[in-house]
Amino acid sequence: MSARLELEGLSKAFGRTGVLHAVDLCAEPGDMVVIVGASGCGKSTLLRLVAGLETPSAGRVRLDGRDITPLDPASRDMAMVFQNYALYPHMSVFDNMAYGLRLRGLSRAQISDKVGKAADMLGLGALLSRKPRQLSGGQRQRVAMGRAIVREPRLFLFDEPLSNLDAKLRLAMRVEIRRLQKSLGTTSLYVTHDQVEAMTLADRLVVMEEGRAVQVAPPLEIYRRPATLYVAGFMGAPPMNLLSATLVADGTAARLEGGMVLPFADGRRSGADGLALMVGIRPEHVEVGGERSSPALPAQVELREPLGAETILICRLTGGEMVSLRLTGEPPETDRIEIRLPARHLHVFDAASGLRLDPG
Amino acid sequence: MSERRTVFAGSALPVLLVAPQVLLTAVFFLWPAARAVQASLERGDAFGLSVRFVGLANFADLFADPLYIAAIWRTLFFCGAVSLISMGTALLLALCADAVVRGRVFYRTALIWPYAVAPVVSAAVWLLMLHPQVGWLTPALERLGIAWNYRLDDAQAMLLVILASAWKQVSYNFIFFLAALQAIPTSLVEAARMDGAGPVRRFLTILFPLLAPTTGFLLSVNIAYSAFETFGTIEALTRGGPGQATETLMMKVYRDGVVNLDLGASSAQSVVLMAGTMGLVALQVLMMRRRRDVA
Repeated sequence: MSARLELEGLSKAFGRTGVLHAVDLCAEPGDMVVIVGASGCGKSTLLRLVAGLETPSAGRVRLDGRDITPLDPASRDMAMVFQNYALYPHMSVFDNMAYGLRLRGLSRAQISDKVGKAADMLGLGALLSRKPRQLSGGQRQRVAMGRAIVREPRLFLFDEPLSNLDAKLRLAMRVEIRRLQKSLGTTSLYVTHDQVEAMTLADRLVVMEEGRAVQVAPPLEIYRRPATLYVAGFMGAPPMNLLSATLVADGTAARLEGGMVLPFADGRRSGADGLALMVGIRPEHVEVGGERSSPALPAQVELREPLGAETILICRLTGGEMVSLRLTGEPPETDRIEIRLPARHLHVFDAASGLRLDPG
Repeated sequence: MSERRTVFAGSALPVLLVAPQVLLTAVFFLWPAARAVQASLERGDAFGLSVRFVGLANFADLFADPLYIAAIWRTLFFCGAVSLISMGTALLLALCADAVVRGRVFYRTALIWPYAVAPVVSAAVWLLMLHPQVGWLTPALERLGIAWNYRLDDAQAMLLVILASAWKQVSYNFIFFLAALQAIPTSLVEAARMDGAGPVRRFLTILFPLLAPTTGFLLSVNIAYSAFETFGTIEALTRGGPGQATETLMMKVYRDGVVNLDLGASSAQSVVLMAGTMGLVALQVLMMRRRRDVA
């Protein structure tokens, strides 16, 4: 039932405006692939191309190796959950879920059996005769899910399905979507702008920027080894600290604008000395005080955000750059502190191209 | 739904603001209507020198008159045909205009124009097209083997007034259908596409049911239009002829009252028409109220 989805050089332009530029992507059977990006990055267009609601300007969509690019949405055997749910307002919950099955010519008994099962799975059993307007937001969301799963499609498409829910409900539905998708084992494409949703739901994560898939990898790898400056800044809250620097010492260290030299722990970067860099470090990796061996930077605490389990400190360096810290222990009481940037946690990017620079 | 209310300090201004509408209604509707009801219960002598009260005799005569009964059926057929054709055409055009991407504004504007054409002018346009002697379409019809002369042929005359009347109303219906179509979220249609419904299926199961409130409203407006506002069109095209072939109830009121000066019978007819309209309006209000209760 579950399918492999492949996108080859998928592009879309509206008039002269390119929205999507040659996106390649592969979703293995049963995978949950999450597409994340800022609004206007083309993530919804990508989903609509896969659904067949839009026609690509170039490229191919394959399902289990079969080219389905020219097919109508109706014959693609995919189900989509829309942001506004798109429930048929004049039909009951039962009819909403049965609509696609009736079109496929299933018998009355089969339909009520399948709808009943899906309704039980989603706790909608008591609501089957209601109309969508008599339901709460969370219930509508469930009906939209039910309409998708009842058809047992080869692919689920989710278009920001949780963005119209309040924070608490969103968390609950996120868990539920993941649980359902795992138990059904249906390959899924999930579009969101919410990075927490993206990190928690994804088997594989696609970060999009201006119509391009800039990194495709498991979520933790994206967090640990962001491929570009954009990805580094986009994933993580508070975002990764990024400091301007230059390559020095034959590619083995970076010198910050303040003059401090940070040697790399993992080896030499190719490139001439003097190359403009951006050095990144996650807020949780910045140390306060710490071991005396590495050089320290004086910093002024500008803001403290106690979150209970942790505290976020926003500090200003002597050069004026802002650095955020995530501390799990007791935060320092004074406002004048010394911070250290451990070499093993540094991310190095080419400032001009924005690409990650790895040793070698 | 939230309502915005303005509260006036005194009563002079609100009364002043409402006065023109109340006055117009009184002068042009209530007073003539009352006079019509009065006249429908009276009968004048041949010279118009005296009138006497005759009770419901005018109505009894009316419903005993086979010509009047025939006019009722004719009017029902006419209203049904005009409503069906104008609403059907308008819906089709609205569906097309909704789907068009390029030149949207042009199509919409072009399709709304006929509404601004006066009934007699539109009738003149139809005359120039289909007049038995000078109509430019008439020779073409004759070449197709159709002997076109609506001045002799009852059915052709009926067809002509139906088409001309329906054409006038297409624009009005088009505006409402288009607005209603645009109010339907695109994602609903897309959801139906994903569910596997083709265009015809989508129209029948999604769009048409969602257009139902608009269709109901338009149906009563169209019936009222074809019953009362087609006078100018019919008068200019056929004058109700040949014979009584295109004489609707409205035409008959005019013919009997203004032309033949049978004021009692004419008034009785207009009272019947008035009752019919009120029934239609009452039905519409009831329908709208029921819909609001459901919603």
